[in-house]
Order: sequence, then structure tokens, then C-alpha cells
Amino acid sequence: MNKVSMTVNGRTVSADVEGRTLLSSLLRDDLHLTGTHVGCDTSQCGACVVHVDGKAVKACTMLAAEADGADVKTIEGMANADGSLGVIQQAFRDYHGLQCGFCTPGMVMSAAALLEENPKPSEAEVRDYLEGNICRCTGYHNIVKAILAASGQQVEAVAAE
Amino acid sequence: MPKDGGIGASTKRREDLRFLTGRGKYTDDINLQNQTYAHFVRSDVAHGTINSINASAAEAMPGVARVFTAKDFEGVGGVPCGWQVTDRHGQPMQEPKHPVLAEGKVRHVGDPIAVVVADTLEQAQDAAEKLEIDITELPAVIDMKDALQDGATKVHDDLTSNLCYDWGFVEENRDAVDEAIKGAHHVTTLELKNNRLVANPMEPRVAVGDYDFSTDEHTLYTTSQNPHVIRLLMGAFVLGIPEHKLRVVAPDVGGGFGAKIYHYAEEAFCTFAAKAIGRPVKWTSSRSEAFMSDAHGRDHVTKIELAMDENGKFLALRTDTHANMGAYLSTFAPSIPTWLHGTLMAGNYTTPLIYVNVKAVFTNTVPVDAYRGAGRPEATFQLERVVDKAAREMGIDPVELRRRNFITEFPYATPVAVEYDTGDYHATMDKLLEMSDHAGFEARAAESKANGKLRGFGIAHYIEACGIAPSNLVGQLGARAGLYESATVRVNATGSISVMTGSHSHGQGHETSFAQVVSEMIGIDANQIDIVHGDTSKTPMGMGTYGSRSIAVGGSAMVRATEKIINKAKKIASHLLEASEGDIEFKNGEFTVAGTDKSVAWGDVTLAAYVPHNYPLEEMEPGLEETAFYDPANFTYPSGAYGCEVEVDPETGKVTVLGFSAADDFGNIINPMIVEGQVHGGLAQGIGQAMIENCAYDDQGQLLSGSYMDYAMPRADDLPMFKVDHSSITPCTHNPLGVKGCGEAGAIGSPPALVNAVVDALQRAGHDVTHIDMPLSPDRVWAAMNS
Repeated sequence: MNKVSMTVNGRTVSADVEGRTLLSSLLRDDLHLTGTHVGCDTSQCGACVVHVDGKAVKACTMLAAEADGADVKTIEGMANADGSLGVIQQAFRDYHGLQCGFCTPGMVMSAAALLEENPKPSEAEVRDYLEGNICRCTGYHNIVKAILAASGQQVEAVAAE
Repeated sequence: MPKDGGIGASTKRREDLRFLTGRGKYTDDINLQNQTYAHFVRSDVAHGTINSINASAAEAMPGVARVFTAKDFEGVGGVPCGWQVTDRHGQPMQEPKHPVLAEGKVRHVGDPIAVVVADTLEQAQDAAEKLEIDITELPAVIDMKDALQDGATKVHDDLTSNLCYDWGFVEENRDAVDEAIKGAHHVTTLELKNNRLVANPMEPRVAVGDYDFSTDEHTLYTTSQNPHVIRLLMGAFVLGIPEHKLRVVAPDVGGGFGAKIYHYAEEAFCTFAAKAIGRPVKWTSSRSEAFMSDAHGRDHVTKIELAMDENGKFLALRTDTHANMGAYLSTFAPSIPTWLHGTLMAGNYTTPLIYVNVKAVFTNTVPVDAYRGAGRPEATFQLERVVDKAAREMGIDPVELRRRNFITEFPYATPVAVEYDTGDYHATMDKLLEMSDHAGFEARAAESKANGKLRGFGIAHYIEACGIAPSNLVGQLGARAGLYESATVRVNATGSISVMTGSHSHGQGHETSFAQVVSEMIGIDANQIDIVHGDTSKTPMGMGTYGSRSIAVGGSAMVRATEKIINKAKKIASHLLEASEGDIEFKNGEFTVAGTDKSVAWGDVTLAAYVPHNYPLEEMEPGLEETAFYDPANFTYPSGAYGCEVEVDPETGKVTVLGFSAADDFGNIINPMIVEGQVHGGLAQGIGQAMIENCAYDDQGQLLSGSYMDYAMPRADDLPMFKVDHSSITPCTHNPLGVKGCGEAGAIGSPPALVNAVVDALQRAGHDVTHIDMPLSPDRVWAAMNS
């Protein structure tokens, strides 16, 4: 067992983990942050996307030990300080960008990373960026609209519907 | 303009708040004190004899509680099948035992052989490496036609062959259909495959079993679309646990699409093992495990023949289908290629004579069952493909040929046993042509041609039967369950309401849309109404969510229970207002005496029901809680016209979907936003099937598409923005809301529209291509163009 320490959603945490423990397991099982979901075992689906030192990372593909000392942000850290939905979360709700909710945390985290890199993406850029996030419910239509709306763009003007 | 929270409003979903903040409660988020972890050891061969299993080394590994094999399940029932089909000759289908853990033989890759239960998942996985399992591999049967050859290897030694059933429908029409085809002006014939798919809800299946020795009560937390069905099947047929000692909870469930309808061995295992070892047992499927243990979908091979007169009027239809059952019969598997497929072969057309033959076949593959649409996509695909081919052969425009044969008078009794109550197929076709700018297609095609690309437009018109189903009817057809739905409406003293529904939401947004219905009826704010689902200890016996039945059947039960509430509340109000019951009017949450200004508020009546100081106790019980069970009089029949525009790159065979339009008639709509979302998702799955998805086995029965590395799930950049419309409304005539259901339509209408579009593109470019099997991968399209 190795002791790891990191900041998660602004809070300093530490845990004893095996060398093989994944960051997703640390978050879910040790820290009880169950908003980070695991939907596959080949790093394809993106339900587990979190931010590590500001970058979008698939938490199922990173060892907990690798995150030692890092600043980690999960879906539980995305709401505003007063508990209200953040801009991206609110846009997902307004545009019905989620159904079963299982891929949603990863989608929101990826969307946040995209808008950090590219504040005004085109529809094609949004679709391209979401290559690593699979949704089986929405057909992506409303996810794309939500992300465009969260970027402050006129959805109808950008999305060819 | 409907008011927010009422019927017809695009009310934003209340469930989103927890899902968007990471506070959803899915089954894998449930951890019980002192819980253990189960790791299933599964067959890596498609067919084999189990010679021996030596678990002693595994059991000695650290943290291992116990290793289970088939011998621990002696005296335990098999996983049951919920539908018995009768064959053409009046004989019941062949029905093999489906043991919880493989007994003596393994029959598909993924068949569970043993389970290691340990303190941690890692310990269980480590110990599984020490299991000594000796298996002699046997030849496997994978192809359905091979499986039916004389002398073929049998999947089940105790059955006479690999034929589950040979079903004919309507058998009495067989000779008349043959005659009509023989004498017809023209017969269009098409052979096609409906590719095997994997449902792939994003949340893998999970089961947590628990047992309380103090009360003798079992609890199963599971990723299910229908917890009561699981309780019934597992309690009565597998483990012999009476209902009052078995609670099944399906909390937030991350998508279903059919794959979470069925009772699975892992659920029975965790329930059984929790008592056996005296600790909770948790199993979480990995995605790779899901590919070889979740029931698959589709996998039909069909020959279809359509006979016409010289004007293109359809005279007769004959189909010959082989349907893959896999190695065992999943819960509803036998009903999919029969009653959910044969009964839809009339489509939207007046074809007077129809005969459907289906041979269901056992193979050494994962069991196949319902996947979004279930039988209806298979029916629609073959019908809409053969109609398109017929149009070309007859030299009639595909839209015109469909119009010439549309059913226009309702109710309409088809020759395949069902009666459509309403519809307006010309209206949906008109809408589709408008929204897809059909008139402008030629100009766009010319533009593509100038760019060296081939543009095509394809149409499909679908019918589906939803709202499954009248219990007495499905009982006659072989269902071993009723298919009603239930609701309890519990009004609290202060006027807020809890609705306990037997329907289950796993993405459909029932907590929002069901509340809209009750809010509309009672006239109180939707936020005063909670929808409770997914727990057999809280909800009345209900059959769950599949077949686009939730609002049509579950919603109707809720309406009936709410009507009972209103009736009783009116009686209470008449007492409080000292007026006769017949003079009481109820509107917007207020009871008034007709023609006066006397009124009493909803909350005053509900309070009186629970604090009955001024109450007609001699006439009525206090309290305000009612339950209704609703058994539908008929199926509902949503229909619609779908159009797809594609561009094919002649150099590579790559198909790009440029646009997809869907004009649906779902009857009345409760929440348009949710309905549109359902259609979007269905379209993505249908386009996925047509373009990229394929579950593939090699001839040894190895699953080639066993992960997301190999099974192509549609991604955001595989799909266009969709155009959807649901303004063509012919309300259902036999349920109180006039609703038809919208969950599956997108997946039903889209594959034939897409394939029709690609064939159109190739034919316009002079290629003599009449069909390409799905998925339309570049290599298949290129090969078809260059053959």
C-alpha cells in the first residue's frame, strides 16, 4: 500500500492505495465521490472524465498513485459555490442534454475542458472533441446544443438543424 | 400555450439536478456493510464439456469467502423464459434449461462456470486465476442455417435439434398467399440480414444481494427496467422465495434499451450467495463482460417477397426468416421474432394476404432478446426495403408507391391479427417531404455530383405496436405474465402527492412527465407531486418499462387512480360545502358549487381526509389514497415517415449522413422536449445499426466485437443534427390520455431509410446495386459499387 495525497474539489485528501488502484476507484470507493462513473474497461466511453491539474483525464486510465500531489476536479466540484448549477450544467438541463445521466458527468467535464481550450467552438469542433465520450441516449443532438449554448453562442446560428 | 408543469409543456427535468451534480444513485453506488465482491469465471470457448473444476487452491487464497459452481445450485431452478411460442403444428417450442451456472457443458463464450466471492474485487480476481477448470472443447454451431442441417452439432443434447420452433403466421393464409404470389403481375424478392447488435446502455449491469437473517428477507439491488418482473421470475422460478420475503430495488438505472428487462443469472447468484455466505454480495459487470453476458439484439436472416398488380397495388407478402435465439432462451426471446414481428408485417399498407414463417434457432452464441424496437425494426426494415426495391422494379416513385398502398380508413384490421385504431400516413409523409426539402433534392444532388460525390435520398414509413399489451391477448399468444400497469396515488394531509408507479424510468424522465399529468388533472403545482418508482417494497405490482409502454399503460393507470382520488375528494368537498355531489366542480385545485361563489381549496379537502373531524365517516373511510391497475384494450400504433439524405464517396465507399428527418405521429404529447430527445436517441441507434454497429462472431464462436475497441458505438461526429416533428397527431382512441408512445420509433424507422438512401445514391450513379447488408461500412459499399 502507498499513501497518496491530493486536492479533490479544493479539499486535501489522502488514502492508502495499492499500486494497481485506479484514480476512478480511489474517487468512487475511497472518497465516495460516485459521480465519476465507469462505463467501460478500454478507456473508450469517457463516463469517468475528471480534470487533473486542469486537463481532462479518463480516471479509469490513470493510477491513483500518478495523481499524488495533483489538483483533481470531479463533477461534484462543478456546481457554483451556492450549490446552483454551473453554466455548463445549466445548459445541459436547459437543452435536455442528458437522459439516463450515466455518461453525463464525463460529458460535462469534457465540455468544460473543451471550452477552456476553445471558448467559441463550432458544431464540428464540439463533435470532434466529444470523440472520447459515448452517450447511448441522446444521439448527441442536445449535448452539442447545450455545449454551444454554454459557450455563449446562439445555438440555432451555429448548429445546422 | 400549456402551462409549465402541465400536459404539453416542455418542462425541464427534475431528475437532471442530481445527475448533473454527481448525486445520482446508481446500483454500483450502493455499498453495504461487510459486503463481498463476486467475480464470474466465464467460458472462453463457445461449446465444451466441463470435465472438472478444482477450486481448492482458489479457496485458499487471501480474502476468499467461497467459490461457487453448478453443484451449489442443485435444487435451484433454471433462469426461466417468460414466453412460450406454439409452432406451426400446434406444438410448444423446445425449451432448454438455462442453469444459473453452467452444468456439465458450456454453450457460449461468456457462459458462467464458477464464481469467486471475496472481501475485495481484486482478491476475487486474483483467486480466480487459481481455479483449475478442465474443459474439452466441442465443435460449435454459429451460423443458423448450419445449425439446422441434419447431423449438426446440437447446442442442447436433450433437445431433438437446434430448432426452437417453426412458426407460421397466419398459418391458414399460407396456401392463399402462395397462390396470390404465383399469379401476380410482378413479385419483388429481397434477401437480407438484420445485423446482430448489442444494446450497450452506458451503465453496465450490477447486482447487490443482501439477506437479513432476523427477518428472513432478501433484498436485491439491480440495474433493471422492471423490478417486479425480476422479483416474480427469480422468486417463483429460480430461488423459491415468496414475494413477501423478497425486495427488488432498481434505483437510478443508466439506460436499458431492452437489455435490462431480462432476469439474469447474476441477479439470482448474488441473491442466493448472500444468504449462503451470510454477507452482502456485489457484482459489477465490466464492459467486456457485458458484451458476452447481456442479451444481444436482432440477428435475423430473411427472404421477403412482395406481389403486386400492374398498378403497384400490393396483393400478397411472404417472408421466410431465421431468428437467432443464441444458446439459451432469454426472458422474452421467443416473442420477439413472432408476436412482435409477424404482427407488424402489414406495415402501413393494405396488403390483403400475408404469411410469415419464422424458424428460431439455437446457436453457440449469447442469448438474443429484445433491443429497442424488438421485432418491429426487423419487420420495418425488410418491408420498407422490399417496397423501395419494388418501386424501382415497377418504375414508380417510392413515395407514390407507398401512397398508393397506404391504409386510410380506421380502425383497420390487418391480415396479421392486429387492429390499428388511428393514423394518418399521408399526413406524416407530407410533413416529411416538407421538412426534408424533398423538392430541393435534385439541385443538391447535382451539387454533389459536381463535387465528385453521389447523393441519395431514402424514405421509410413505419408502424409499430406499442403499449404492450392486453393481458388476455398476450396470454393466448404464450406470455407467461400479464402486461397491465399499476399506480398508487397517495395524497398527503397537506395536499402534496406521492405517485407510486409500476413503470420504471432509466432515462425517460418519468419523474417529470408523470408529474405533469397529475398536475394537470389536480391543478396543483407539479413540484407538489413526487413520482416514486423502482422498488417493489414501495410500488404496487407493476410490469415495468419496455415496448414504449410507460405513458400509454403506466400513465393510464396513474390517470385512473387520480380519477378515483378526484371522485372521493369531490365527495369530501360536497360535505364541506354542504352541497350535493353532483353540483361540485373541480378546477385548478379548487372545488366550487356550480352557480355559486362557494368554494373549498384542495388542501382543505385533503386535510379533512386525514383529520376527519368534519367528515362523513358513516359514508366514507378517511384518507385519500387510491390504486389502479390498467390493462389496455389494444396496442397503440405510432407511425411516421423518415427521410435520410446521404453522400457516398465513390473513391472509398464512405457514406456520410447529411441529414435525417423524422415526422412522427405519437398521438398526444405530454412533454415535447422529452419526446424529441427520445426520437434523437432512437435515430442514433438506428443510424448506428445501419452505418457502423455489428456484433460479430468468428466460425468458432469467438466474439470478435467484445469491447468498444471493436464494437463501433456511434460517436458525436458520426451523426448529424436531426430534424424531428410530432405535429401530426391522431390520438389513440382507447387510452385516457390519447397517447401512443415514442421510445422506440427512432430505432425502427431509421435503418431502412438510410439503406434506401445509399441504394438510391448508387443507382442514380448507374450502379446496379439493389441491396447492401448493414452496417454499410465503406468496404461493403465500395465492393457493391465495384462488383
